[in-house]
Amino acid sequence: MIFTLLETASILSTIGLPVLIIGALGFLFGLILAIASKVFEVKIDPRVEEIICVLPGANCGACGKAGCAGYADKIVHGGEAINKCAPGGPDVAAQIAKIMGMEAGQMDRKVAVIHCSSGGYENTNWKYSYDGVQTCKSANSLAGGPNACAWGCLGLNDCLRACQFDAISIDTNGMRLIDFDKCTACGACVQACPRDLIDLVSLKRNVYIKCSSQDKGGEARKVCGSTHPCIGCGLCSKECPVDAISIENSLAHIDYEKCINCGLCATVCPTKAILDLLFGTRLKAEIDPESCIGCTICAKVCPVDAISGEIKKLHTVDKSKCIGCQQCVPKCPKNAIEMV
Amino acid sequence: MGYLGEIFVMAMTAIFIQNFVLARFLGLCPYLGVSKKLDSALGMGLAVIFVMTLASAITFLINKYLLIRYDLMYLQTIAFILTIAALVQFVEMVIQKNAPALYNSLGVFLPLITTNCAVLGVAILNTTAFRPDGVTPYNFLDSVLNGFFSGVGFTVVLLAMAGLRMRLEKAELPKSMQGMPIALIIAGIMALAFYGFMGFKI
Repeated sequence: MIFTLLETASILSTIGLPVLIIGALGFLFGLILAIASKVFEVKIDPRVEEIICVLPGANCGACGKAGCAGYADKIVHGGEAINKCAPGGPDVAAQIAKIMGMEAGQMDRKVAVIHCSSGGYENTNWKYSYDGVQTCKSANSLAGGPNACAWGCLGLNDCLRACQFDAISIDTNGMRLIDFDKCTACGACVQACPRDLIDLVSLKRNVYIKCSSQDKGGEARKVCGSTHPCIGCGLCSKECPVDAISIENSLAHIDYEKCINCGLCATVCPTKAILDLLFGTRLKAEIDPESCIGCTICAKVCPVDAISGEIKKLHTVDKSKCIGCQQCVPKCPKNAIEMV
Repeated sequence: MGYLGEIFVMAMTAIFIQNFVLARFLGLCPYLGVSKKLDSALGMGLAVIFVMTLASAITFLINKYLLIRYDLMYLQTIAFILTIAALVQFVEMVIQKNAPALYNSLGVFLPLITTNCAVLGVAILNTTAFRPDGVTPYNFLDSVLNGFFSGVGFTVVLLAMAGLRMRLEKAELPKSMQGMPIALIIAGIMALAFYGFMGFKI
């Protein structure tokens, strides 16, 4: 079929005009956006993008930031530690270290611990019988909670429901047990507990306080159903060889930056409110008599004065005093100290 | 009825009687997706108000001076989508540069709005809407106001939904009803309640 000149012109204007107008609009918007992207440019550190690519992208929030992008931004601009990604583990930390050009450092695995030894059917003192909605959140909002201790575990298992990894179980007494092998330190239970009893603690620090009561000693003893309340006596604080424990509001607090994991505090606590997971299993120091040159360095670093001996003579460890803190081992210039 | 009265009627219509979510069933995705927490619902709502108002203004101009003039009304949808997408991108860049705090609080919601059908809906409905007298089509100011009030209506409903869902978190529900199923049922009940506004004569 042959178009006449007139028909051709009419078709061209029917198709051409819309194409021209929409095309012009698109071109105009594109131009404006292109200019705007230069004018309103916000410099983004390329390392942020690289770190986002390395991170798992699950946006789980275990690092405490709003998603992986937030964490990447904080690493580059906020000086955040690079080993906080729990799902990514040491591999991701190593890759981030490469991008940031620094040492990966030790991936510090954390686990959740409950700072209360009460909460079971038999070891809780109840103020009233609670029959409402069976969640800790609701129970806590009714007259300050059904248990006598205003700081302790409500026992309705919000933490258990929050845990996605089946790491929390209940024993026959209704007490919660956290399986450290399954715990990924995602922090879901920390968020779920309305009384802030759960905390993430490094797995290498096996000593923690099983109480959150800020009541005065006598009151804490009276209301606690488990007979292991922290009464704020300060014995642990006095005994701690590295001053890692402080008492605030009648409650002991361990500074894990300083803690050397010796377990001394757990042995002196009069109410047994400090739990030492390694109790009785710590190895004691022993000095190899052939290698010891009597430099006295080990005796100086020993926090409990368990090492004695005169200068340039063989030193010995008093095993009844040694708490197995291993402070002396790396200090010995001859590597003469072993834990046995 | 003075112009202020007409604005009042327009506001009531956009917020309650012809609410975008519950009467026109537009913008349901963010309505169900971002209504789990009050603060994020508020962020989304404010972003929608902002974009709807701006989009109403720009699309009115494009409609009047390009599409109607060259008799290209059939290109309305594609032209409006192009405009809204470009507008949202532009606004995002400006906010990121000039108000980083606002940018962070709006976060992912701003780009999401590009594909929110309520925004396209308000732009298209503005071109077919009439003033309360039933004869005069919307002028520029009417369109902008309608866009603003529609955004307010969206925000009101989103906030109500977020409030309800936050309370529902504590309720004991059968497992099969938790989450989205109960949200959809509530959405239906809310829509029924808003249907009652249809009887208003103002």
